[in-house]
Amino acid sequence: MTARGPALGRPPALLLVPAALAVAFLALPLVALLARTPWPDLPAQLTDPAILDALRLSLVTSLAAVVVVVAVGIPLAWLLARVDFPGRALLRALVIVPLVLPPVVAGVALLSGLGRSGLVGRLLDDAFGISLPFTTAGVVVAHSFVALPFFVLSVEGALRATSQEYDVVAATLGASRWTVFRRVTLPLAGPGVLAGLVLAWARALGEFGATITFAGNYPGTTRTMPNAIYTALQVDPDAAVVLSVILLLVSVAVIALLRERWFDQAVQGAERR
Amino acid sequence: MSLLDAQVVVRRPGHTLDVHLAADPGDVVAVIGPNGAGKSTLLRALAGVVPLDDGFVRCGRATWEGPGRTRLRAQEREVGMVFQQQLLFPHLDVLANVAFGPRSRGVPRREAEQRARGWLERFGVEDLARRRPAAISGGQAQRVTIARALATEPRLLLLDEPLASLDVGVAMALRVELAQHLREYDGVVVLVTHDALDAMTLANRVLVLDDGRAAQEGTPAEVARRPQTEHVARLVGLNVLRGTSTGTDVRLADGAALVSATPAEGQVNACFSPSAVTLTVQEPTGSARNRWPGTVTSVAPHGSAVRVHLDAVSGLIADVTPGSATQLGLAPGRRVWATVKATEITVYALTSTLR
Repeated sequence: MTARGPALGRPPALLLVPAALAVAFLALPLVALLARTPWPDLPAQLTDPAILDALRLSLVTSLAAVVVVVAVGIPLAWLLARVDFPGRALLRALVIVPLVLPPVVAGVALLSGLGRSGLVGRLLDDAFGISLPFTTAGVVVAHSFVALPFFVLSVEGALRATSQEYDVVAATLGASRWTVFRRVTLPLAGPGVLAGLVLAWARALGEFGATITFAGNYPGTTRTMPNAIYTALQVDPDAAVVLSVILLLVSVAVIALLRERWFDQAVQGAERR
Repeated sequence: MSLLDAQVVVRRPGHTLDVHLAADPGDVVAVIGPNGAGKSTLLRALAGVVPLDDGFVRCGRATWEGPGRTRLRAQEREVGMVFQQQLLFPHLDVLANVAFGPRSRGVPRREAEQRARGWLERFGVEDLARRRPAAISGGQAQRVTIARALATEPRLLLLDEPLASLDVGVAMALRVELAQHLREYDGVVVLVTHDALDAMTLANRVLVLDDGRAAQEGTPAEVARRPQTEHVARLVGLNVLRGTSTGTDVRLADGAALVSATPAEGQVNACFSPSAVTLTVQEPTGSARNRWPGTVTSVAPHGSAVRVHLDAVSGLIADVTPGSATQLGLAPGRRVWATVKATEITVYALTSTLR
């Protein structure tokens, strides 16, 4: 692994130079953001009620979206990984669509489906008086829509990576299919579920296009952090920088916390061996 | 009435498994045969993991699968299955692995764990109860796997090459233990193996599969003495040549001829031990009437002798002393003559399914 004297010779410049460019390209904007941040103003901004509202809303909606995504995503991933049915390939393609869909298109699509005059939205409105667009619930819907594919793909991959023979063993031991899922399949896919969870949450936290299209940008109800950054950028670019740094710090903190837990588990696993 | 009575028919593109298997309580049936003969498919069909295309599986008075639409799923059959790759659940400790079966069948946790402990004690691994599968050795893991399969008290125990993944020494020790446990077990054991030793030491019956059909069935001693297939002959280390006999003359499949001391008619196997084969460099002129030229294909130590493979006839094995191996200059490519005395050859009828 060392750069000095690898068995196959030095890494070729043709690969090293573009790789270095890629690193610079990734790092530069983040470094610039940190450099431009008016650090002394940070504490004051952090206690600004408008910013706190946006931050709280972002955390609540992104976490709610994660709950929704887990509740419907695990069963869908299991279906894709474990049950052979006609149209499975088509269904998998459908799951991937929101992944490649421009977020603003996702927002328009959500309006067509769940908007007040939308296909299903109208029925919801008529029958229960429920209207999703421009509400906090609508934010959760938008977040869930864009985050679900990340989670499903991650969990499906983990399910496929674990041998189905474990399921077979569990069945010969008398376990019903549900018990097999609960006690064997799902625990074995645990790391994949966790990874998918973080991916989905990160995607939801940063969601902007679909959210602002479907749920709007009302302070307190639908103005999440990305919406707040967008709003601030138009009037006060410095404030936008501060908000961006806060969002960056929150993301990094959560990832670091999770990584630490993963790291602990990995160490424990190594000790057991 | 047999405890297990099964006619297993599974059709796959290119090959069909069609075999009848009946066994009494306490029977240990070893299933041997080359790769692709259908051994694992047979086990999986009995377990209910692979559906039958035809036939039936009956256990005691219950029909597990069979004419009409009857088909119990794997979890509804009283089977225990042990796989070659062990497949202990990596996220559960040893005790929870063994308790998994009883728990899945509705036994309360405390009682299930108590039973599991009992099984771990019988296999001498109770001190591993709280360890994860990753933290125990291969031999220990296979003991736990067998304990796990037995913990549901199945009437049919299916073992798929249970010793194949273990080191030779570990396999040897576990083979002795397993023989003990299998003697105490009053259900039917079906044991798939590649190892003649497993069949000889663990089983009281041997079923030889060849291309999806039963090529031979009998006690281990019978099968070893008179193997019907080349695969089994190889496993037990005998030369078996197939041919058509008229009196004491046997015309072999590839056109060569052979003379034995036992007259027979029709399709036969001619069987002789590798130590009955004499090798010479010059064409022999003695009384031995069976002599074939051939080229040495491999030379390897075998116990205190040297085992030589020849391409003579349809492939022969010969055991010679290290001294004569040196003297004859035996090495791959060496041209030699193989001689077998007629009195060393046993001739017996070919089983009907192989004709």
